[in-house]
Amino acid sequence: MSPTDSTQHAVVTPEGLQALFEALKRRNYRVIGPILRDGAIIFDDIASVGDLPKGWTDEQDGGHYRLHRRDDGALFGYAVGPHSWKKFLLPATQRLWSAERTEHGVAITPEPRPSERFAFIGVRACDLNAIAIQDRVLIGGAQADLRYQSRRQGAFIVALNCGVAGGTCFCASMHTGPKASGGYDLVLTELVDDGEHRFVVGVGSEGGGTVLAELPHRSAASEEVAAAEAVVAHTLANMGRAMYSDDVHDLLLRNLDHPRWDEVAARCLTCGNCTLVCPTCFCTTVEESSDLDGSRTARSQRWDSCFTMDFSYIHGGSVRATARSRYRQWMTHKLATWWDQFGTTGCVGCGRCITWCPVGIDITEEVAAIRGSEPS
Amino acid sequence: MTAAITAADPMVPRVARVLRRRRNGPQVFTLDVEPEDPAPAFAPGQFSMLTAFGVGEAPISASGDPAEPGRLVYTIRAVGPVSSALTRLGPGDLLGLRGPFGMGWPMVEAPGRDVVIVAGGLGLAPLRPALYRLLAERARYGKIVLLYGARGPADILFRNEIESWRRRLDIDIAVTVDHAPPDWRGHVGVVTRLIARADFDPLHAVALVCGPEVMMRFAIAGLGEAGLADDAIYLSMERNMKCAVVFCGHCQFGTVFVCRDGPVFRYDRVRSLLAVKEI
Repeated sequence: MSPTDSTQHAVVTPEGLQALFEALKRRNYRVIGPILRDGAIIFDDIASVGDLPKGWTDEQDGGHYRLHRRDDGALFGYAVGPHSWKKFLLPATQRLWSAERTEHGVAITPEPRPSERFAFIGVRACDLNAIAIQDRVLIGGAQADLRYQSRRQGAFIVALNCGVAGGTCFCASMHTGPKASGGYDLVLTELVDDGEHRFVVGVGSEGGGTVLAELPHRSAASEEVAAAEAVVAHTLANMGRAMYSDDVHDLLLRNLDHPRWDEVAARCLTCGNCTLVCPTCFCTTVEESSDLDGSRTARSQRWDSCFTMDFSYIHGGSVRATARSRYRQWMTHKLATWWDQFGTTGCVGCGRCITWCPVGIDITEEVAAIRGSEPS
Repeated sequence: MTAAITAADPMVPRVARVLRRRRNGPQVFTLDVEPEDPAPAFAPGQFSMLTAFGVGEAPISASGDPAEPGRLVYTIRAVGPVSSALTRLGPGDLLGLRGPFGMGWPMVEAPGRDVVIVAGGLGLAPLRPALYRLLAERARYGKIVLLYGARGPADILFRNEIESWRRRLDIDIAVTVDHAPPDWRGHVGVVTRLIARADFDPLHAVALVCGPEVMMRFAIAGLGEAGLADDAIYLSMERNMKCAVVFCGHCQFGTVFVCRDGPVFRYDRVRSLLAVKEI
């Protein structure tokens, strides 16, 4: 078997996974994966398989996230947490350039392009789609975000076919998961049920094949490939939520004055949590800093949220002064105008905005409510 | 990945030096600047991002003649920290410059037709480059009408220039003010009321409109009543803007980005958006 043949599958053990991390570190990747911290499963540096949240799962609902013990030793037996990979590819804050006053004028020094190379472990199908969407926004247009581009092109992606559907997941109805369909170097499916803990591994790139060849592995038996398919089928059948999305562009844009926007605005705190946890939200603002005499200045970029009043401020006031208009902007952008702007949806059905909304506003419920009560 | 990989970072400004600063009215100043690298060409209606070092960056429309090489002109009202800092710059001072960005006025569509320009307040600044080009190639156009409204006589931008244009026989100019002191002998009232009495052929005209959003709404209505089709009306939109290259998300106007798809839009393409409050 050729390791680069994507129609073939290999099997590795948890020890093989450890070998994968070591192979990536040897290549100077910064290995990032899920870890348990502060009562949630988040993404950060991992040194070994021992750092993964072994035997943990999560319970998710609108405004609700709790961890529980599983009765097995699964390493990826949970859904997505509050972090997404955008915190690495599009950091929450980053310096763009600095300027120094000199005898002859002002010298501007662009911040060097990031040289860090990330290896992401356990990227689910929803998040693979989210990365592809941010690619379109930040490097698919006439101008490229050079910092995002550097990080993105250097990244090694180990995807994960989901073995657990979270309570707020709706990737199936967004046609984005739960099976990874591309955009990865390697893809894992965790098999934990039949006594022998192992991963069925698929190859998505030449680089992925080269790395796999260095790991202790064997060819997958046809029953193991079938078992991996069954894992995905089980996840698909247990999806926590659904949002019929085929008509949602036109539905929302012809209902911009629907009374439901007032109803949701009465609950929305405009806190911006949904935009921070969303893996596709890309909006940023810039901030200036200066030393005391103004001889050295710098500009930084940081995440921004369309839920703030400042976001739409122009001389005279904010364009979107009401909570109604700001929630409507966020939701219609995600589901409708993103198509006009970038030719894709801005929602991948990961459910984070539902789980991490402090008042449990549910985007799937809001769409259904508008669809169910369109003024004639 | 299909990214257009450009060597230059679109978020990093170039350095430009202020050559001249003129006061145009209360809080309004015009800066002539010269970039240290050769000045990029701009089209009438395009804008740049200007940086006051240590303070911040703001989108400002070019207000000079695109045909004048090596020099860029910006007319700025001091309303916030950045614009106030920019208007305090004087000859020799340095600022940061990115751009030009965006879609400008329809100079290609206009030849052979009458051109009606409706400007309110500072909205005359982004229209001045178009006026320079129209007058420089006067024979290519039909009638040219400039309707301009300012708050009061002291707020009239580029007054000497408007008066010199008025001496020409090939341009109709009407100026009105919202509030007039006793010695004002001109029109009083909103600029949109001048549209009905303007002389142009609505079936063979284009209108260029720039001013406060509410003024543009009334201007569009007035131009429609005068017989202009929606696809003959162009307007320049303003939205919060941080990057000017579609990364920051701030200037979304429903389905479009003002930085990329505007700031000048053909009215029929944004008519449905303008009908929605707070979009």
